[in-house]
Amino acid sequence: MKIAVCVKQVPDTWAEKTLQAGDSTLDREGPEGVMNEIDEYAVEEALQLVEAHGGDVTVVTMGPVKAAETVRKALSMGAEAGIHLIDDGLHGSDALATSYALAEILKDRGFDLVLFGSESTDARMSVVPAMVAERLGWAQATFAQKVEISGDSVVTHRVSETGFDTVEATLPAVISVVEKINEPRYPSFKGIMAAKKKPVETLSIADAGLDASKLGLSAAWSTVADFAARPPKAAGTVVTDAGDGGVKIADYLSEHKFI
Amino acid sequence: MGEVLVLVDQVDGTVRKVTTELLTLARGLGTPSAVWAGPGFSDAAAAVLGEFGAATVYVADGDQYANHPVAPKAELLAQLVAEKSPSAVLIPSSAEGKEIAGRLAIKVDSGVITDAVGISADLVATQSVFGGSTVVHSKVITGTPIITVRGNSVAPEPAPASPARVDVSVTLSEAATKAKVTGRTEAVKGGRPDLTEAAIVVSGGRGVGGAEGFSVIEGLADALGAAVGASRAATDAGWYPHQFQVGQTGKTVSPQLYIANGISGAIQHRAGMQTSKTIVVVNKDPEAPIFELADFGVVGDLFTVVPQLTDEVSKRAQ
Repeated sequence: MKIAVCVKQVPDTWAEKTLQAGDSTLDREGPEGVMNEIDEYAVEEALQLVEAHGGDVTVVTMGPVKAAETVRKALSMGAEAGIHLIDDGLHGSDALATSYALAEILKDRGFDLVLFGSESTDARMSVVPAMVAERLGWAQATFAQKVEISGDSVVTHRVSETGFDTVEATLPAVISVVEKINEPRYPSFKGIMAAKKKPVETLSIADAGLDASKLGLSAAWSTVADFAARPPKAAGTVVTDAGDGGVKIADYLSEHKFI
Repeated sequence: MGEVLVLVDQVDGTVRKVTTELLTLARGLGTPSAVWAGPGFSDAAAAVLGEFGAATVYVADGDQYANHPVAPKAELLAQLVAEKSPSAVLIPSSAEGKEIAGRLAIKVDSGVITDAVGISADLVATQSVFGGSTVVHSKVITGTPIITVRGNSVAPEPAPASPARVDVSVTLSEAATKAKVTGRTEAVKGGRPDLTEAAIVVSGGRGVGGAEGFSVIEGLADALGAAVGASRAATDAGWYPHQFQVGQTGKTVSPQLYIANGISGAIQHRAGMQTSKTIVVVNKDPEAPIFELADFGVVGDLFTVVPQLTDEVSKRAQ
């Protein structure tokens, strides 16, 4: 099987995320960048699928220079090769542009599956995997907590409000995974060393044959009018339990008409 | 004022609360038209949609909307956008809703905004991002604005209307049927309200110490008629099912009242509940960051405080 995994470098979970005053885009330079957490689960799932069925995993990312670290991380987990789309013209791309760029890179390379994490911790839109499926015309099997290959179909368990739906999709398919699906491996020392020799294709917008007018901030179909830090909450009341903590909360709830 | 399409969120023929919120919001933007996709449309459903001001209900009957995830609803909405040229499309910010919105945006060459908590009359969306630390005002500037709206952002207000029913038929593309739902498995039949719809959420975290400890959390939830939530630490440890996880990689909730028990309040959790209207905290550790968010907090052992609180709530309910 030929499997692609799309990964995104995002600001570290513990870092404070801010929008830049100039163009209202996320500040990616300041905070440390890490692989989007759910993407680790996608990489792991891809690796487990090729371990079971044979084949190889290619990691794909669209991001600035330091996103190369995220590609390396996937390679050190066991992906065979990487593709890094990098170009100043991508800065400020919205989901429409991102899905366009990724779909163009992914198509016609013979991938059977493209895996994503279900959501990034910076934008938190959860739309790019579905949008890539839309653009490629492939089956969409997203929010998967389980993935199984069955002949030339893939069967996933799609998370639902009350449990899960079993979804059967023809190949090739676009899949996104949720955290529940597996436990990502830590790269071994051997894996980290081997990653340094694995090939990474670095592509500019022109190299990838993309239409620059569909990418970047000026092409975005939505815009930030303004933003501001949320006004700090007025300090609340904190008391220490002296055998009456529960009663005090009940009093508070009653005062505020919750009970 | 133009027509505003509102995708109905319904389960087994019952209109969900978030639909009534979106119809209320849509009334401030134009004339709402509800869009029903799937089998089970009934007079009862029409009555609910009418009560919250739907002037028209587009009914796209058919199993195809249930049998194939996401894509068919996107195609239905694309057809309606092309035919009716609405001024906006509102969709609930559920997992499915966001994916429908994304695919629709491509089909109708429009911008898309997700997780709006408010929309002004001139279609400026308000979003609460980065775990609630930043408030953003954004606008779609190309095509028909497609906006997904978070539950519990808008209080539903009735404005009774008699909706006209318009039946809609869509021939799906081949691509839309490449994924098929072949089974539905319900892990939990809850008696409790849905986590993202509930007015009150009672959560437990690492301080609960184990699966058995959650009975204390559930006791309080039941006394308040609340939903139960859990921190990632608790769900990762297997103490409570994953679908109840509140946080950055779980559900985002914004109830009237959020009670956090034994939860430290690291950003992973805060990102999922920071915009709750009132926050009450119980934690042994006075330094726990979650106290910064608390409107009212008790430093104490949740195994003493919570049962006492549950008792008091039950007593006062009588």
